[in-house]
Amino acid sequence: MNRRELLKMVAAATGAAMIGGEFLLSGCKGNPDSAPVAFTQENIAFLDEVAETIIPQTDTAGAKAAGVGRFMTVMVNDCYSKDDQEIFHKGMNMLDDECKKMHNVEFMKATPEQRKQLLIAVDKETNAYVKKQADEENIQKEKEKRGQERNTNDFKSQTMPNHYFQQLKQLAIFGYFTSEKGRTEALRYVPVPGKYQGVIDYKQGEKAFVGLT
Amino acid sequence: MANNTYDAIVVGSGISGGWAAKELTEKGLKVLLLERGHHIEHVKDYVESNKPSWEYPHRGSRTQKMIEEYPVLKRDYPLNERNLSFWTVDKDNPYVEKKPFGWFRGYHTGGRSLMWGRQSYRLGDLDFEANAKDGIAIDWPIRYKEIAPWYDYAETFAGISGSKEGLPQLPDGQFLPPMEMNIVEQTVAARIKEHYNNKRTMIIGRVANLTQAIPGRPTPCQFRNICSNGCPFGGYFSTQSSTLPAANATGNLTLRTFSIVTEVVYDKNTKKAKGVKVLDARTNEALEFNSKIVFLCASTFNSTAILMRSATDIWPDGLGSSSGELGHNVMDHHLKLGASGYMDGFDDKYYYGFRPNGIYIPRFRNLPGDEKRNYIRGFGYQGSGSRQSWSRQVAELSIGADLKEALGQPGKWNMGIGGFGEMLPYHDNKITLSKDKKDKWNIPVLEFDVEFKENEINMRKDIVADAVEMLEAAGVRDVKGHDDGCEPGWGIHEMGTARMGRDPKTSVLNSNNQVWDCQNVFVTDGSFMTSASCVNPSLTYMAMTARAADFAVKELKKGNL
Repeated sequence: MNRRELLKMVAAATGAAMIGGEFLLSGCKGNPDSAPVAFTQENIAFLDEVAETIIPQTDTAGAKAAGVGRFMTVMVNDCYSKDDQEIFHKGMNMLDDECKKMHNVEFMKATPEQRKQLLIAVDKETNAYVKKQADEENIQKEKEKRGQERNTNDFKSQTMPNHYFQQLKQLAIFGYFTSEKGRTEALRYVPVPGKYQGVIDYKQGEKAFVGLT
Repeated sequence: MANNTYDAIVVGSGISGGWAAKELTEKGLKVLLLERGHHIEHVKDYVESNKPSWEYPHRGSRTQKMIEEYPVLKRDYPLNERNLSFWTVDKDNPYVEKKPFGWFRGYHTGGRSLMWGRQSYRLGDLDFEANAKDGIAIDWPIRYKEIAPWYDYAETFAGISGSKEGLPQLPDGQFLPPMEMNIVEQTVAARIKEHYNNKRTMIIGRVANLTQAIPGRPTPCQFRNICSNGCPFGGYFSTQSSTLPAANATGNLTLRTFSIVTEVVYDKNTKKAKGVKVLDARTNEALEFNSKIVFLCASTFNSTAILMRSATDIWPDGLGSSSGELGHNVMDHHLKLGASGYMDGFDDKYYYGFRPNGIYIPRFRNLPGDEKRNYIRGFGYQGSGSRQSWSRQVAELSIGADLKEALGQPGKWNMGIGGFGEMLPYHDNKITLSKDKKDKWNIPVLEFDVEFKENEINMRKDIVADAVEMLEAAGVRDVKGHDDGCEPGWGIHEMGTARMGRDPKTSVLNSNNQVWDCQNVFVTDGSFMTSASCVNPSLTYMAMTARAADFAVKELKKGNL
C-alpha cells in the first residue's frame, strides 16, 4: 500500500476530512484525562436506527445488522476530540428534538418513512453548513499563509465547529463499509486476489471490489 | 571472551544490515548481527497480516491516545491502527528538534524493510556526476559503471518487477515482469508521451514485489496490498523474507536482539576497530563483542550517532569526524505535493486485484541540454489511477437505499500524482549529540538542525505546476494542484551525515564505504549518500552494501584489514 492509499483509507468517509483521529483536527483538544461521557444502551439503539436510516437493509444487510451503532460509540469515545464528543452527544438530543418538531414524535417512535424525511432535511441543512465551514477554512488557511509570511499571529481565529449530522453520517458510512456485513454483502470482498488485471470490463450495477484494507 | 569473538559484526538488521549479513556469511565469515529492538519472526509474528478491517476496533483509524503517545509519528501516515507495532514508540526514543524533523523509525528485526514502500530505482550518472557538475558539496567517488553490476546483483536477488524503458536518467535493470497499468493509467501515459514528444514518460513503478517465483521464494505477490503489515506469502523483499533466510542457511550467522551498540571500540595502536560495546536494552548489561570488521547499518542517523560516540578520546567529535563532515549534509526527499483530477469516459472498465504499486514519472527537469530552471536537480512523481471507493462524497445522494447502492459500486475515475524532489546536501543541515538530554539507556539523544532551502522551495513550485500541466494535457478533468507542506524527514529517506568522497579532508568514507580514519569499519546505510538523487534510495543501499562486503572480504583475505 502506498502513502496515498493509506491516507485515503484512514480518512474521508463523506469527502470531507474524517472527523476525529486525523491530522487536521478542528477545535481544541480539551482535557484528555477526563473520561468520555458514557453511552447508554438507549443511545446505542438510537444510533443503530439513525445509521439504519442512512444505510438501510435492502437485499443486503443494513447498518443496524452490521452493528454500526455500537461502533459509532467506540469511535466517538476513542478517536474524537473533547469538542467533537460534546457536539456528538448534544447532537443526539438535537436530532430527537428536530424529529419532534417535524413529526410530533420522538425519533425512536417515528416510522421509517418519517425518519427518512427528517434525515433528508437535516442532511440538506448539514451540506450547506459544511460548505460554509469549508469556505471558512480556506479563508483561515489563506490568513495563516499570509500571517506566516509576515510572521504575525493574526491568523489565529476560530474555525466553525463540526456539525453533528456530519459526524453521524460519516460514522454510519465508515462503520458500515468497514464492517464484515458491509464488505461481504454490499461490496465484493476479495481478501486474496492472487493476481492483478489492469483492465477488465465493468457493467453498471456491479459491486466494487474490496480487500483486507 | 572467546565466545564474544566473530569475524564480522553487523549493526542493524534492516535493508542494509540484512544484506551485509547475507553477503558476509555467504563468503564464509562468522557474523554477529546486532539488532537494538525485539525480534519479529517471518510470517509467525505478522499478527496483522490477515486481519480484515472489521477486526480493528477503530477500523484502522488513529485514536486520541495514539496521537498523544506518538507526537512524531502522528505527523504523517505511519500513525494508524494497522501496523503500529512496527513503528518505534516516540516517547521511548526521544530526540531534539531545533527545527522540525520527522524521524519515523522501526526498531526490530528487519527494521523498516518490513514497512518500506518498495519502490526500487537505480541512480545513474546524472546523479553521480551532479555535485561535480553543479560545483556543490563534493563529487561522488564512484560512477554508474562501477555500481551497475551490483545493481544487477541486488535486483536479481531481491526480485524487482518493472519495465525496461531505455531512459538515460533512470537506468534499466534486471526486472521481473512489470505489473499492468489500468485503462486510465495507460491512456494518461500515452497522452503524456505524445504531448511531450517522448520527453516525458509515465511508466509502471519498479517495485520489490515478486510478479513470479524466484529461487527460495516460491510464492509471488498475491495483490492484497497490505505489504506493510508483513506478508505471509513473502511476496515482497524484506530482511525476513530474503536476506535473513539466506544468511541463516550458511550456519554462520548469530542474531542478537535487544542489543544497542553504544560505541565502536577503537584500538589506537593498530588504528583499527576491535569490536563494539553493547548495552542490553532489557537488562542494561554492558557487553563487548570483538571482530575483524564492523559494518554499521543502523540506519542513517543511528550509524552516525554510534561513530560520534566512539574514539572520543582521540577525536572529540567521534570516529570518522576528522574531516568535520560527520553529522553534516542531512538529506531527505521533499514531497506531499502534486495534482489530481477526474477522468471521463472509462465507466465500462475496472481492474481486478489490489496492486501494491503505482505509476512513476521519471525526472524530466534539468536534464542535459534542457533549459535551466531556477533550481538545480529535479523530481519524479508517483501516483495512480483508480475508481473512487465507498468513501467518496456523493453530493446528489442524501441518505437511504440509493446512497447505499451507489457507494457499493465503483465511482468516477481519479488520477493523481505526487512529487518526490531531490534535496541538496548542505553542510549546515546537521545532527549533533545532545550535551544534556539522554534517553532511558543514558545515551545522549540526537539534535536535528535541518531545513529545506531555496532550491527545494523553488523546485516545489515546478512540481505542482508541472503536475497540473501534465494531467490537463492528458485529458484529466478538474485538475487541482496541491502543496500540503513538508518537513524534512517525512520522505523517510534519510541520507547523508557520513558521506563518501575522494578526499579524507572532506568526506567520512572512501569509495568502498570504509571510514577513512578506521578502515575496518564500513558504513553502508543511507549515511554514505553524497547526494540524494530524486529516486527512492533503498536499492542503492542494497547494491552498495553487497559491493562493500565483497571488497571487505577480499581485503581481509589479503591481510589488509
